[in-house]
Amino acid sequence: MFNLNKNKLTTLLKVQYSNMLEYRVEIALWAISGIIPFFMLNIWTNNNLNESINLSNVMLSRYFLSAFFVRQFSVVWVVFTFEEDALLGKISPYLIQPLNPFFRYFAQHIAEQITRFPFAIIIALIFFLINPESVWIPSLSLFLLACLSTFFSFLIQFLIQSIIACFCFWTEKASSIERLLFIPTLFLSGLLAPVISFPEYVKSWIYLTPFPYLIDFPANILSGNNTNIISGFFMQIFWISVLFPIFKRIWSLGTKKYTAMGS
Amino acid sequence: MKIRKYIKIYSLFFSTSIASELEYKTNVIIDFITAILSLVGSVFLLSIFFQNTDNIGGWNFEQALIIQGIYTILNGITNTWFNPNLTEIVKHIREGTLDFVLLKPLDSQFFISLNKIAPSGFLEIILGVALLFYCIDINQININLSFLFLCITTLFCSIVILYSLWFLISTTTIWFVKTWNATEVLRSFLYIGRFPLNSFSFSLRIFFSIFVPIAFITTIPSAVYLGIAKPWEILFEVIVSGIFFIVSRRFWLFALKYYTSASS
Repeated sequence: MFNLNKNKLTTLLKVQYSNMLEYRVEIALWAISGIIPFFMLNIWTNNNLNESINLSNVMLSRYFLSAFFVRQFSVVWVVFTFEEDALLGKISPYLIQPLNPFFRYFAQHIAEQITRFPFAIIIALIFFLINPESVWIPSLSLFLLACLSTFFSFLIQFLIQSIIACFCFWTEKASSIERLLFIPTLFLSGLLAPVISFPEYVKSWIYLTPFPYLIDFPANILSGNNTNIISGFFMQIFWISVLFPIFKRIWSLGTKKYTAMGS
Repeated sequence: MKIRKYIKIYSLFFSTSIASELEYKTNVIIDFITAILSLVGSVFLLSIFFQNTDNIGGWNFEQALIIQGIYTILNGITNTWFNPNLTEIVKHIREGTLDFVLLKPLDSQFFISLNKIAPSGFLEIILGVALLFYCIDINQININLSFLFLCITTLFCSIVILYSLWFLISTTTIWFVKTWNATEVLRSFLYIGRFPLNSFSFSLRIFFSIFVPIAFITTIPSAVYLGIAKPWEILFEVIVSGIFFIVSRRFWLFALKYYTSASS
């Protein structure tokens, strides 16, 4: 099922990267559309809402900048691509190839992140120009840990979306399920408000769900805010190891169920 | 006579697109659940903001709920009419089917803006209206005829501004071909419409009043609803919406001059 070697992987990445470079403006616009955390930061500091959660303005601005970065490098849209390919019948030729089509999508996402990188840096520089007091350089070890946890966050979201995408084999349209799941992701992941500011009745169960590990946990590591690194990584790996077998199973069921157009 | 023709055509658009959307019934139901959760989520976020303070930007929690109500209605309208139609422009231009639209004995802007409908936004509109009714109760608002008239006028103007913004951005597709993400940028900007304008810093307030008038879209109708709007604000909103509508119409006609169809 996963016969992949280094050669295939680099070729896939190269092809997708040149594809992505064609639409640079589009990716720049997409990077801009991720600036919601900055609006939220503005509300928080402008109304002194952060006093109650013992987070200084500077730490909060670092948190939201980190949240912006984590979000930039963990955006997943595989459902939408897969749904389009399934509706247009493009899946059939992919299935014949000796390579799981999800590797193609995976390479697409990685290539897009590489293309997006300079734009995200530019937005961060503008942010630092406006807020010079929030400039900070994380230690190398924390930076590497943050990168790793962002990648895990990306993997969790990629697996969840891939599982949803496989519903296309049965229902043809799966993107509405993704839109449904996006709502808790938006409100509970820490993109709009750090998880420590949540009321107690939410905090008591939220750390068992995958949501805080998508944005809040990596952003806390990167910005140097307090967080339990060991249990965070443990939960990330736990969720990946739960989701991966589900994806494998649903993929093999789905491809059996799949009837190409005209059959 | 002409208006009667357009009304008749619109009712046909309406019934055919409803029928084709209802083909995917589970989709519609899931979209309904999404609408409810999304409202719950924004009230949850608002409650986090109000945990330790009694006002943001001079609005207390009960008053801020009005803004949520207006936002939800406008979001429902966006999801029902603007989003399905105006993202279609991108498809028309990429696949060259805009030619067929232009050849029809109909106004092209009318066809492009109203051809489709997504019933999933209806529930959001209903939820928003219900929230506003609830706000009448908790804010002790007196209803009279002039109040109703002003509310409906400002809400209508907000819809016009929102439509014009969407339409202006979608029109740029004629030059740039792919503008999926330009509408995403607009969406993320619209997100700030959930909060009172005064809760942002001065520079952002200026930006969102002059360059992208999102401020007017939700804050002024909510102020009218509360009875604290100043007359010049209402007048200003009416003027801005008029300007935006005329500009978007002119811009579309201007852009069409640059449209070279697929084969030429």
